[in-house]
Amino acid sequence: MNLRPDPTFHPSPKMAMEAPVEKLAFTLMLSPDGTKPDGLAVVDVDPDSDTYSQIVHELYVPNLGDEFHHFGWNACSSSLSPLTGHAFLERRYLIIPGIRSSRIYIIDVKDPMDCKIHKIIEADELMAKTGYSRPHTIHCGPEGIYVSTLGGGGEDGTDGPPGIFIMDCQTFEIQGRYEMDRGIQDKHYDFWWNLPRDYMVSSEWGLPPQFENGVVAEDLLSNKYGHTIHFWDLRARKVAKSIDLGENHQMALEIRPAHDPIKEYGFCGVVVDTTNLQGAIFTWWKDDNGEWQAKKTITIDPVPADPDDLPDLLKGFGAVPPLVTDIDLSMDDKYLYVACWGLGEMHQYDVSDPMNPVLAGKVEIGGIVAKHKHPNGEDFGYGPQMVEISRDGKRVYWTNSLYSTWDDQFYPGERGAAMVMANVGENGGITLDEKFWTKFPEGYRSHQIRLEGGDCSTDSFCYPSV
Amino acid sequence: MDLTTAAGLWLAVILSGLYHGLNPGMGWPLAVSSALFERRASALWPALGALSLGHFAAMLGILLPFSMMTLLIDYEREIRIGAGLIVIAMGLYLAITRRHPRFLARIPPHRLALWSFLVALAHGAALMLVPIYLGLCAIEELDQGHKAASALMTTTTLALGVAILHTIAMMGSGGAMAYAVHRWLGLQFLSRSWFDLELLWALSLIVVGGIGLLTAL
Repeated sequence: MNLRPDPTFHPSPKMAMEAPVEKLAFTLMLSPDGTKPDGLAVVDVDPDSDTYSQIVHELYVPNLGDEFHHFGWNACSSSLSPLTGHAFLERRYLIIPGIRSSRIYIIDVKDPMDCKIHKIIEADELMAKTGYSRPHTIHCGPEGIYVSTLGGGGEDGTDGPPGIFIMDCQTFEIQGRYEMDRGIQDKHYDFWWNLPRDYMVSSEWGLPPQFENGVVAEDLLSNKYGHTIHFWDLRARKVAKSIDLGENHQMALEIRPAHDPIKEYGFCGVVVDTTNLQGAIFTWWKDDNGEWQAKKTITIDPVPADPDDLPDLLKGFGAVPPLVTDIDLSMDDKYLYVACWGLGEMHQYDVSDPMNPVLAGKVEIGGIVAKHKHPNGEDFGYGPQMVEISRDGKRVYWTNSLYSTWDDQFYPGERGAAMVMANVGENGGITLDEKFWTKFPEGYRSHQIRLEGGDCSTDSFCYPSV
Repeated sequence: MDLTTAAGLWLAVILSGLYHGLNPGMGWPLAVSSALFERRASALWPALGALSLGHFAAMLGILLPFSMMTLLIDYEREIRIGAGLIVIAMGLYLAITRRHPRFLARIPPHRLALWSFLVALAHGAALMLVPIYLGLCAIEELDQGHKAASALMTTTTLALGVAILHTIAMMGSGGAMAYAVHRWLGLQFLSRSWFDLELLWALSLIVVGGIGLLTAL
């Protein structure tokens, strides 16, 4: 506990943008075949340092087969909420769930060069206290840490719906389920909220049998993955409205609300439209009557390709789908970054008008067919995937792995972990930084990135930017 | 009974009000938030009004039962000792556990009066007034002699007076703070100048309870 608020907590997004820039990044490393323990890499992102862009410390966990995916902080700017009146937590622990093992690691990164495992919560305990499995997204909320899960009970995680549970932000004791009335929600993926406006939005990927052993083509073609987003009354813990984006919009994943809590809109990325292989972004918003609405505002077309160049899964289509697997919104709510993991492209959209996004910049790197090299001449395996933006919006970092078994279907063979960075132009546009190229240990893939002091997908703000 | 003690106790009612008002945990940041969301400074005042109403209701909720009890004149000393002990116990509980009641996080952000009411109860803000109030009752008691018929009237009026004066002081200091932050200091004041008052708050309860206990013995 501090006597003053943690200096990395900011009342408004604008103040977070003005804070000192990040010097370190934390990146998850996973062993795709579970033969090595997963780990946390500490990456030097200080351009003035001799070890710029390199891993300067690694921490490996004592188990095999966790499959690290997403992770988050024990506390963020939400601690400054005027409702809680206790701003004295420390941003000190990273909560890292194993999406395959359902085990949760609490890592103390107070000294990043000597980070250690603070606590391990086993899958049995999670199941006993919540009935959930496959923990995923982490957000620091009004009464503790909220964690979404992708699975329910039973061996394959289909016994009961998945949902969100709450964990104490100091003791890391699991408190229990969040939901009081989940309505029709029966699948889960991401969630985020607007704390002062008192709502939460959640999305759907699929149930564990639909992703653990790879994408199930029959389920995808019969539109059985998630395609609904749910709007919750946050503190009443009930679904206020569920919006079906249309069953062809398969896999509604990342939820990115505007950071400024005065704005009542946000975005959701859809991996693939099964009618035309497009990737899509929906804008959701609260209309003048207080009703939730959602509309498709970005589509990204597939690119025709020779079946010989395509993996088995895609041969029949003769095209590369963009596969919108991750999106991230800059702190000033101006640019939305869209990872097209199949095409090998990172798009930057100007979303100043959220209903009319305009493509402002693009980087081509990797890709199923295109296989664009990094400007430094190195091969970039897979495509741009988990993307994270610096608080000041000037740097965009990303890695290249989606999920072990899916990587293998879309990009057969081991292609190597990568983490790169692009600089954002004064008036938009993005360019890869030639000097930023992280070398990962052999046999690992890279997933989500977290920036020291918070980034554009961790912190929730309680005061408007003025 | 000497006027200095009475004046001292009334001063304590006002000072505790100022203190509660300044504590961000009692809600002035919510008034700032409200003004920022509505993009007009005048939105500070309805928010402060709601917060004060909740605080006032919590004061009355705690003081009125004690005002009934003071009618049991024979047990006056025991009541004051008991009240002192309760306040000390609350202070110790807050000092030792340093935990926040989770139910407070379930209150919707727009229910400011309810929030303020529950916060004042949960953090012992209302309880802090009890020893002071009982001290005032004791003075009234000595001044008036044992006129049972008017005693209830007197103690109830006294409770109302204490709650009103305390709330006005709280509204004044909290309002000044909210206005200053909204108008001049800016939100950085929140992140840079907010001190952890929890321990100090718990100690205040223990001190007030202790003084109540000592004067009763």
